[in-house]
Amino acid sequence: MPPGVSLSDFYYILPELVLTGGALLVLIADVLLPKERRAALAWVTLLALGATAAALVPFANTHVEVAHGLLAVDRFSLFFKILFLLAAAITVLMSIRYLETEGAASPGEYYFLILCATLGMMIMAGGIDLITIMIGLETMAVSFYILAGYIKPNQRSNEAAVKYFLLGAFSLGILLYGMSLMYGLSGTTNLRVMASAFVGQEKDPRLMLAVILVVAGVGFKIAAVPFHMWAPDVYEGAPTPVTAFLSVGSKAASFAMLIRIFVEGMPSMSADWRLLFYVLSILTMTAGNIAAVTQSNVKRMLAYSSIAHAGYLLMGIVAGTARGITATLIYLMIYSFMQLGAFAVITLLRRKDVVGDELKDFSGLAFRNPFAAFAMLLFMLSLGGIPPTAGFMGKFWLFSAAIDAHYYGLAVIGVLNSAISLYYYVRIVVFMYLKKETSGSDPVITPALALVLGVTVMATLVLGVYPQLLFRVADVSARTLGVAGITAAIR
Amino acid sequence: MHFPILTSLVALPVAGAILLLLVNGDEKKSAPLARNIALVVSLLVFAETLLLWSQFNVASGEFQFVERHAWIPAFGIEYFVGVDGISLLLLVLTGFLTPLALLGSWESVQKKTKAFCIVVLLLESAMMGVFISLDLFLFYVFWDAMLVPMYFLVGIWGYERRIYAAIKFMLYTMAGSVLMLVAILGLAYAHYSAHGVYSFDVLKLYQLELTPHQQLWSFLAFALAFAIKVPLFPFHTWLPDAHVEAPTAGSVILAGVMLKMGTYGLVRFAFPLFPQAAMFFAPALAILAVIGIIYGALVAMVQPDMKKLVAYSSVSHLGFVVLGIAAMNTQGVSGAVYQMLSHGISTGGLFLIVGMLSDRRHTRLISEFGGLKKGMPHLVAAFLIVTLASIGLPGLNGFVGEFLILLGAFRWDPRLAAFAATGVILSATYMLWMFQRVNYGPVTNEKNANLPDLKPREWAVIVPIIAVSILMGVLPNLFLRPIEPAVERMLTHFHQGAPTRIQADVSPQPPAPSLRNAGSTR
Repeated sequence: MPPGVSLSDFYYILPELVLTGGALLVLIADVLLPKERRAALAWVTLLALGATAAALVPFANTHVEVAHGLLAVDRFSLFFKILFLLAAAITVLMSIRYLETEGAASPGEYYFLILCATLGMMIMAGGIDLITIMIGLETMAVSFYILAGYIKPNQRSNEAAVKYFLLGAFSLGILLYGMSLMYGLSGTTNLRVMASAFVGQEKDPRLMLAVILVVAGVGFKIAAVPFHMWAPDVYEGAPTPVTAFLSVGSKAASFAMLIRIFVEGMPSMSADWRLLFYVLSILTMTAGNIAAVTQSNVKRMLAYSSIAHAGYLLMGIVAGTARGITATLIYLMIYSFMQLGAFAVITLLRRKDVVGDELKDFSGLAFRNPFAAFAMLLFMLSLGGIPPTAGFMGKFWLFSAAIDAHYYGLAVIGVLNSAISLYYYVRIVVFMYLKKETSGSDPVITPALALVLGVTVMATLVLGVYPQLLFRVADVSARTLGVAGITAAIR
Repeated sequence: MHFPILTSLVALPVAGAILLLLVNGDEKKSAPLARNIALVVSLLVFAETLLLWSQFNVASGEFQFVERHAWIPAFGIEYFVGVDGISLLLLVLTGFLTPLALLGSWESVQKKTKAFCIVVLLLESAMMGVFISLDLFLFYVFWDAMLVPMYFLVGIWGYERRIYAAIKFMLYTMAGSVLMLVAILGLAYAHYSAHGVYSFDVLKLYQLELTPHQQLWSFLAFALAFAIKVPLFPFHTWLPDAHVEAPTAGSVILAGVMLKMGTYGLVRFAFPLFPQAAMFFAPALAILAVIGIIYGALVAMVQPDMKKLVAYSSVSHLGFVVLGIAAMNTQGVSGAVYQMLSHGISTGGLFLIVGMLSDRRHTRLISEFGGLKKGMPHLVAAFLIVTLASIGLPGLNGFVGEFLILLGAFRWDPRLAAFAATGVILSATYMLWMFQRVNYGPVTNEKNANLPDLKPREWAVIVPIIAVSILMGVLPNLFLRPIEPAVERMLTHFHQGAPTRIQADVSPQPPAPSLRNAGSTR
């Protein structure tokens, strides 16, 4: 055993170990199972995710640093791990029929990669050391590079993979450069040690350069404008369930990383990074929404909408208060449900004879499949922030956090953006409810998709009316970061 | 614990909508059942509002039937509802017009009838919610939630350009209300700064001391949201589109109830929450209102389409309401509230009659009609009464409100009253001219010769309208009695908050210097 690592450290990473085991099991089963029985792999994957979730239970109230500060097991990481596992499970359920329709040869690889990506996200959320964060980020990113190009005969899918890989590698370089400066200036890779090392160095131009580079690198990952160029093409080209997982899981994990690096690692520089995120937030939501207005492909439209949502989410970071971080966590959870739900409806529309991701494919859906149309209506209203849906509650929290921190201008730009966004969300509703039906076979809901839609619809409704529980969980999670200390510094 | 009657006003239509979901079968079989269920539910709701009125202590200006439960304690958000005389009568109006709207669209809505009934009931529920909410967050939830059913009502069952009108309606209203959300949050935060807890409770926020800078911006945000809804000139452009494209039920509810939410919002929230800013902006609002009165009337005069004419007449009539509110004296505000009710009745009636004519002829162009009096004496008689009520003939509902408003405005600034009074004359011109072209003269178009007169269903629609219209004209005190204590209470509070009455002829003092850097983000 290497020095400084004890058996108890392995105990604390039990969920990650279970997940790794599960991933390997899927990979082996893929080889051993006969071809016609490989569909069962989806259920093995779900089992692995369930077992991981069960392994999280003992750590519900844990607050420790593992392996001398490589990983933190705390409520903050727990919140994100639950989010990732939920998103992964929903993605798997969505994928079953989609993969059959696309005729993917070996679903084992696909599910293996989904689990690997989840593992990477979990490490990112727990990482309080630049090295760990980087390992988690790469595990996730490499899995996604492959997943984006998973439909091999499809040119758009291939293009998506190459674009994502090239821009991902490029952004990683920028991020690493920033991180290396952080390391060079503090002499440590541990974020919490770094935080104290940076106190009093606020005016150091090298440190400011580091902040700018890391903001840019993270900006790529969360698809903030002007680092968003990859997102629409990748979202459109990747297999729909992968797009869903990418837009939810990868975004949430990147936000977890962002919060760890800036809030835990550079609280003394908060004036600088909050200013940068302030600008990014405004650019991101405005450009994202305006670009979304003109899209006719729903996946592409949701890609821009997801960019805009990164802008809203950044409002909580800009506020920089415990309330702000809480609001970001709440909105990430709510966003996951509505975004996954919306993609589940697009997956539903994918049939042998229809690709199902163009606006016109939604024509008259209300008459062919009222439940799917109602679900989509709900997700669109929720994404647009209309009460009584969860999306309204989430936005309410974000705006209130901004106002709480005296960013009235930001809140005004935020609400105006959400009014603009309503235009394109409602456009889908127009097609579903107000236009005539198109040709093609009727979309059929499989039990797996019914489960996905049921869960996401319920979450969108329930969290819209009763957000108290989620609020409390997110609040406790945010406070484990010690954000309260920063709050005092800001006020 | 007493029966939560206010909650039941919101819950009952929702329950009815859920019940309707269970109605199965194809259009032919399900439609009559769905219509009847919706009608019965809406009549029950109306009965409940009457019950509420009978139990209401009209001598008191306080909020009654109050219910209060914690909702999101972390943010001081409560489920807090109650009614005073102002909201009470608006609830009754909503309860009264919804069954009539359903009856008015009984035959013209022939597709997706079940969905239509569900949407109307959900709309009723949200409207009730708006009028009973005393927690700003709750109010905003209902305020925004209302957009969705209205959007579908216009978008699915409307006329040719319905999709355009529906989207325009939604975006316009949304753009106004989101800024109000920021102002609401700002208020809750101001309450936090002052008392250490967040609160959205209107009664607590009334007591809040705000800086002139906070008052100014918050008032503007609230006033914009409400001005779009009213609609006050120049924010009215969504209204003709929405009205013309909406089905009869949509127009009745839109003109009858939803426009009142804007003026109700001014009376309940914008003015009493920010008295100083309201004082400062009252002359501007009044001038816009007067422009709206005259502009709406002039534009109404040249409309070839009856529905559009009535829509523009709403712009004009709602201008009176805003003028009365801006005057901020007993006559003005009481008159404004009275006019809200009265406009709901007479414009609702006009839209119902235009709906009957367009059901018969499938056109609403004035030039297509003429000489209807011969074939349909009863319908034309009803049309005449409603027209006269809308003009403000003494003895009918329209007169009392307009008179009180002009009185209130005169006490404030006679010039405003003088200009506004021309609107009364103009309204007589355009309404009577339209009435004459449609109903008198020879039958120029053969299609008009043998139109059927009022059917039993239509009698059922129009008789209550006329009855209430006469009742309101003859016995105004019945309605003014609950209104006045509530108005007095509001005005007392208002003038405490803004002790120096700024007369329109005295140029107001420029606001404190802090206003100038209000544009910065921090």
